[in-house]
Amino acid sequence: MQDQFPSELQNKIERHAERPESLIHVLRCVQDALGFISPESEALVANHLGVPISRIHGVVTFYHLFHTSPRGEHIVRLCTGTACHVGSADRILKALQLHLGITPGETTEDLAVTLETVACLGACALSPVMVVDNIYHGLLTPDTAVAIVDRALEEAG
Amino acid sequence: MSRPVVSRAELDELKQQGLARLAAFEQRITVCNGTGCRACGGVEVKDALIEELSQRGLSDRVDVMPTGCQGYCQRGPLVVIEPAGIFYHGVAPEDASRIVSETIENGELVEDILLEDPVTGERIPNRDDIRFYTGQQRIVFDLNGRIDPTSISDYIAHNGYQAFAKAILDMDADGIVDEVLRSGLRGRGGAGFPTGRKWQFTRDALGEIKYVVCNADEGDPGAFMDRSLIEATPHAVLEGMLIAARAIGACEAYIYVRAEYPLAVEHIHKAINDARDIGFIGEHILESDFSIDVHVMEGAGAFVCGEETALLQSIEGKRGMPRPRPPFPAQSGLWGRPTNINNVETYANVPPIILRGADWYAKNGTETSKGTKIFSLTGKVANNGLVEVPMGTTLRHIVFDIGGGMLSGREFKAAQLGGPSGGCLPEELLDVPIDYESLGEHGAIMGSGGVIVLDNTACMVSVARYFLDFTASESCGKCLPCRVGIPTMRDIMARITEGEGELEDLDRLRKLAEMIKSTSLCGLGQTAPNPVLSTLLHFEDEYRAHIEDGICPAGVCEALTGAYSIDPETCKACDKCAKTCPTDAATGTPGTPPYTIDEALCIRCGACFTACPFGAVTRAVRS
Repeated sequence: MQDQFPSELQNKIERHAERPESLIHVLRCVQDALGFISPESEALVANHLGVPISRIHGVVTFYHLFHTSPRGEHIVRLCTGTACHVGSADRILKALQLHLGITPGETTEDLAVTLETVACLGACALSPVMVVDNIYHGLLTPDTAVAIVDRALEEAG
Repeated sequence: MSRPVVSRAELDELKQQGLARLAAFEQRITVCNGTGCRACGGVEVKDALIEELSQRGLSDRVDVMPTGCQGYCQRGPLVVIEPAGIFYHGVAPEDASRIVSETIENGELVEDILLEDPVTGERIPNRDDIRFYTGQQRIVFDLNGRIDPTSISDYIAHNGYQAFAKAILDMDADGIVDEVLRSGLRGRGGAGFPTGRKWQFTRDALGEIKYVVCNADEGDPGAFMDRSLIEATPHAVLEGMLIAARAIGACEAYIYVRAEYPLAVEHIHKAINDARDIGFIGEHILESDFSIDVHVMEGAGAFVCGEETALLQSIEGKRGMPRPRPPFPAQSGLWGRPTNINNVETYANVPPIILRGADWYAKNGTETSKGTKIFSLTGKVANNGLVEVPMGTTLRHIVFDIGGGMLSGREFKAAQLGGPSGGCLPEELLDVPIDYESLGEHGAIMGSGGVIVLDNTACMVSVARYFLDFTASESCGKCLPCRVGIPTMRDIMARITEGEGELEDLDRLRKLAEMIKSTSLCGLGQTAPNPVLSTLLHFEDEYRAHIEDGICPAGVCEALTGAYSIDPETCKACDKCAKTCPTDAATGTPGTPPYTIDEALCIRCGACFTACPFGAVTRAVRS
C-alpha cells in the first residue's frame, strides 16, 4: 500500500491536516485527482485528517458524488428530475441503456463511459436534459441523446 | 480596485465610474450565458458577436455583455440589443454577422430570429412587449440580464452594496431586524417562516460567535431559481447575507452550494473575491466595528442536505443527517453556535427591502405573504422559464398569461407545486391566489417554487409514484417512519401502477401517510407523503380506474396500456410519430395521411402518443 498520495494531490490537501471539517472537500480533491475513492485512499485521508476510517467510509457512501470504483473516461449524466420525467426521460434512459449495454451507475467494461442519472440539473426549461463531460445538452429525444454520446466517444478517438 | 472602500462617498464614486463605463458604449448586445443558454450555444454566440464587431471596427462603440440567466431558458440563446430593447431568441453563431450588419449598423430587424406571438403569430421585436416578461413583476430578478454577473462594477453601478452601506452606516442591528420584520418577508425555501423573526432569535441567542448560512442546496427537482440567482446576480445574494450578518452579529458566513451547479459555484467564488478586494468582506468594513469572512462549501449530492440541520452537519464534514429540533439552529447551529439559515432567494430579497424600505416592499403581495416569488415554470406549457410574480397571483395567470397557455393540442390537467414535498392543483383551483396559506388549504405547498404543468398525457398515480421513488432513495435512513414507511408506500403505489392494486390500498396509503407525516424526524419525511395525499384528494378516480377497471386513463402505466392506433380522420401526416418511434412501428408518407402503427412491432412505449401534436394517436384499454 502506498503511504502517501501523489505529491501534487498531497500538496493540495496539506493545509487541511488534522481538520476533520474539511473531510468533504478533501475527498473531492482525492476523487478529482484519482477518479474514485479506494479503501487505500480512505485510509490515507483518515490519517491526514485524524478521523476514524469508519467515518470516512460513512461520508463516502452517504453522498452521491463520491464513487468507490473506477469510472469511465466519459461521464453521461441523464437528468430524471420532475420536468425531465414528465418529458419522458425514461425513454431516453432506455435508449442509452440499450445502446451502451449498461444500467445507471455502471461503467462499460472498456472504461469508456459511465452512465448515471441525477435528480435535477436545474435546466428544467430545456427538459429532457443530460450532461456529457460537463457539457449540457437539452431538448433531447432518444435518438439525439444516443447521437450526442456517440459523438463524444468519437471525438475522443 | 485593490484599495478598500472606506466611505459612502467612495462607494458612490465607484458607482459613477461603473455607470460611466457602461455609458461609454452607444449600444450594448447582451447575450444570456446562464446554464440554460449555454446548453444551446450561448457562449459561442457571444464569441461570434465579439469577433464580428471587432472585424467591422465597432468594438469601441458596441459592447457585448454576457449576462446571467434571463429566465426564458427554453428560447435560448437569448440576445437583446440595448438601448432599443430588440429581442432575439434561438440565436446561432452564424446569425452574428446579420445582427451586427442589419441591427447594429442599420437599425433593422432580423425577422427570422424575432419571437413569434404564440397566439397571433406576429413577430414581436421588443422585449418590453413579450408577454412572458410583461406579465411578471421583477424585483429580485431586476438585474438579471442587465449586468455581467462577474463584474462587481456593474452591480455597484446599479445601486449594488448601497443597502449594505446603509445597514452599516445609518442603521443599528435592531433597526435592520425591525425593517425585515416589518417588510413581512418569509422564507422562500418552502416553510415560509418570517425571516425577521428568525434573525431576531439568532440575534437574541447567547454567544460571542454566530454564523450566517445560505442554503443554496437547491435539490428540489423542477426548481432552478436559486441556481439562476447565484449565476446572474451573485452579489445580490452576498449582499443579503452580509446585511444578515450585520443584523445578528455574525463574524463568519457560509454558502452551501449544490455541486451540480458548477457555473453558480464559479460565480459566487468570483463575487466573494471581488467583494473582498474592495473591502466589503474583511475587517472593519467601511471603518465600522463590523468584520466578516465568507466561505463557499460545495455539496456532494444529497437531497436531504437541503434540510437545515442536515446541511449544518454537512458543512462540519459529516454525513448529512438531520437532528431533532429544538434546539433550532438559531440557538445551536453550526458547531453548536447560534446560526441563521436562509435560502438564496430570501437573501436576495433583503437588499431591496433595506434600500427601499419595508413599507414599499410590503405593498406587494397579500395580507400574509408579502413581496414576490419566483417560480420555475416547466412542463407542457408553451413558455418554460423563470417567472417572478407578486404573491397572491393566480396559477391561471402564471400558466395561461405568462406561460402562454398549454402546448398546442394539450389540455391542462394539473400543476404540480413544491416538488417531492408538494402537491397537485387541478383545473378547478386555477384561480386560487398563490400564497403560503391558500396553497396549504388545498393540499399543496409553496415549496421552493417549482411549477410543473401536466396535461392529459400525465398519469397522476405514476407522478405520485415518481416522487416516492425519489424520496425513498434520498431518505437518509436515520428515523424509521421515513426509512421504512416511504418504501412501503412506494411498493403499494408500484402495485397499483402495475395493475395489482386493491381498493384497501387507498386506505393503507392514507394511514401510512398520516403516520409518516406526524412521526418523521425532518421535513423530508414529514412532507414525502404529500404527493400521494394530494393526488388522492383531487384524482381519486384515477387511482380507482387503475384498481377497479385495470385502466391507466392517461395511458402511461405500461402494464395497463393496450394497443396504439392512429385515427385516420385526425392524422395530418406530419411524420412526428414515425420520427420518434424507436421500433419503426409507426410509418407513413409525409403529407399523405393517414399514418399507421404496426401492432406486431409496437412496444407500447407511448412515444408517438406524446409526440402527436393533433391528438390523433389513441390507445386501447388493455383487454
